[in-house]
Amino acid sequence: MHDFLFGIFPYIALGVAIMGTIARYERDQFTWKTSSSQLLRRRQLVIGSILFHVGVLVIFFGHLVGLLTPIQVFEFIGISHGAKQILALVVGGIAGVMALIGGGMLFHRRWTDPRIRQTSSFWDITILALLLVQLVLGLGTIFVSIDHLDGHEMVTFMFWAQGIFTFDAAAASYIADAALVFKLHLLLGLVIILVFPFTRLVHVLSGFAVPFRYLLTRPGYQVVRSRRSTPLPKRSRPASPKQATAKSKSAPPSGAAAGPAGWRR
Amino acid sequence: MRVRAQIGMVLNLDKCIGCHTCSVTCKNVWTSRDGVEYAWFNNVETKPGTGYPTDWENQARWKGGWERTRSGKLQPRQGSKWRILANIFANPDLPEIDDYYEPFDFDYDHLQSAPESEAFPTARARSQITGKRIEKIEKGPNWEEILGGEFSKRSQDYNFEGVQKEIYGEYENTFMMYLPRLCEHCLNPSCAASCPSGAIYKREEDGIVLIDQEKCRGWRMCVSGCPYKKVYYNWSTGKSEKCTLCYPRIESGNPTVCSETCVGRIRYIGVMLYDADRIEEAANVADTKDLYDAQLGIFLDPHDPEIIETARADGIPGDWIKAAQESPIWKMAMEWKVAFPLHPEYRTLPMVWYIPPLSPIQNAAEAGAIGMEGAMPDVRNLRIPLRYLANMLTAGDEEPIARALERMLAMRSYMRAKTLDGVNDEGIAARVGLTGRVIEDMYRIMALADYEDRFVIPTTHREEVEDAYDLRGDCGFTDGNGCSTGISSGSLFGGTRKPLKMPEEVT
Repeated sequence: MHDFLFGIFPYIALGVAIMGTIARYERDQFTWKTSSSQLLRRRQLVIGSILFHVGVLVIFFGHLVGLLTPIQVFEFIGISHGAKQILALVVGGIAGVMALIGGGMLFHRRWTDPRIRQTSSFWDITILALLLVQLVLGLGTIFVSIDHLDGHEMVTFMFWAQGIFTFDAAAASYIADAALVFKLHLLLGLVIILVFPFTRLVHVLSGFAVPFRYLLTRPGYQVVRSRRSTPLPKRSRPASPKQATAKSKSAPPSGAAAGPAGWRR
Repeated sequence: MRVRAQIGMVLNLDKCIGCHTCSVTCKNVWTSRDGVEYAWFNNVETKPGTGYPTDWENQARWKGGWERTRSGKLQPRQGSKWRILANIFANPDLPEIDDYYEPFDFDYDHLQSAPESEAFPTARARSQITGKRIEKIEKGPNWEEILGGEFSKRSQDYNFEGVQKEIYGEYENTFMMYLPRLCEHCLNPSCAASCPSGAIYKREEDGIVLIDQEKCRGWRMCVSGCPYKKVYYNWSTGKSEKCTLCYPRIESGNPTVCSETCVGRIRYIGVMLYDADRIEEAANVADTKDLYDAQLGIFLDPHDPEIIETARADGIPGDWIKAAQESPIWKMAMEWKVAFPLHPEYRTLPMVWYIPPLSPIQNAAEAGAIGMEGAMPDVRNLRIPLRYLANMLTAGDEEPIARALERMLAMRSYMRAKTLDGVNDEGIAARVGLTGRVIEDMYRIMALADYEDRFVIPTTHREEVEDAYDLRGDCGFTDGNGCSTGISSGSLFGGTRKPLKMPEEVT
């Protein structure tokens, strides 16, 4: 059972998550959204949402870096396992409490506000509940690991996570002796990955993409789309010097003008 | 220079009777769905009033439109791209649905199904969001209809800026006008600028601003970014929606639903050519009072042979150039200068323009003076304060409004003299800088307003974007899944599909 849950189930969860995400983006992009409910009720959302998102993002990147960075990198930089664990405990603890308070506010709002409750889907409520339970479990691990600060247990989780990604058949065995709260935390994490593409969580991917799209790949502010099959010719006349300095950002480069037509399927 | 064509609209407020036919037909066609019950792509407001959503014109509060930074840069009033992204978890400037109104319906069925009782059964209100009883409706889509509500509230109206408004609360001095509003299909749209996903775009061929429903992720920055509050968040689909200028109708040469059904014939639709390379320059002039002139400055004369040649080279089809030459918008905005953009100070370069309304003469003694020897009353004595109209249409510059009102009064005097006395009084025309012939043209288009004169809409050129031979036998409009005929009632990824009701086999 242990081998299945921590040796095979991770691949099922990741496989479903990846394929499901691709399928949803490809076939049903209209459902890909944040599902914001701020319009219906502002109360509790502004503080709750900011606390929750900032906290969760810190935790997410903390786990990503902490679990998947090869252990040699830490040794090379000279961060001892114990120091890494204390760093993780402090930063993760603070972010976890932030996210728990924010998430608690959001859940309270979603559960008790008739407008939000009525317009919530099953998964809107369930995924928030799962994340809250996961936060509680994650914070619960602090009480276990605070008893032994040598960083040893954390290293086993790194081996496990990296073993999964390097197709190490013995990955599950590394964490066979971990405390129950850790195992529950890992298991619920895998479940959340499994259901990721079927919930509003997919907006996280858009959130990661948005800064690049908005800041880097979009010159200026405006977006113009054209359906022309042949791109427009170059500027028909050299702009006067005055116009040249105040060149409109909304004028697309000729390539963009012929760009995302989206007319023919 | 880059010549682009834009479908523009002019609304003659002088003839608007506030019947709401435009709003209702628009609603029936576009927003009679879950999630947008509260949204009116077209609505008609009674002015003075705070409007829908409440106080929408107050950009100090909502942060819509653009601002010119101290260093002379043009950026959304919500902030630069970084600021907008920083607010992505919670948008501090987003209106709540109560700023519009909580959508409601009535228990009509109870009128028929109620058991026999002493009292007459009533249809009570229910929220369309929660389905729960609303004991008291606090707000509706047109809450200030015909000056409803107390003056102290209505006079929060932003257009009273710089007007001694107290006297207009008195019965004798009260004034009223209607303001039908829809998406402005701006040349410099701030909704598109604030969309992090790039889902909002302006169509190159006709300038219509649309939201790509597939690409919209519901970051809701456009709702606060639009200073006219004409982007609506659909709380059911989680996507933003807005007026489409009825593009399927426009493409086939038909006017929008609101224009087609306007019983007062106040709406005009036509093509304007403009220089797309000078948008930012025009939107970024230092003084807001210059914005009206700056926008006039980027429109291109479709009769100028040089412009025609450039337009052709820039891919504008011949019939679009011809439509631009006959455009009623060009005549009213550029030749007669009687139409104005709504709130040019938002720096969006809006393309739905308004002819200001005339109003009765304030001073009864002067009222008799109209038409005597062609003498015209001073437009400053009209009941609607000039400054009020100027705040709405020219960022506070009263001169252009005064000239437009004078020209409209001159049109009346000239035509009265012509039809009653049989005199073509060129003097009247000359006093407002026009000729008799121009005034008669104004009369034909603004007063008679025949269908063909109101709507000069060239059809779209599909042959430039698709090969009809490839499309033969294709599936036409589908629900986004190619030509799939698979019908399932639910979706794996949340939300429900509503498949067409197909005929079923009977035994």
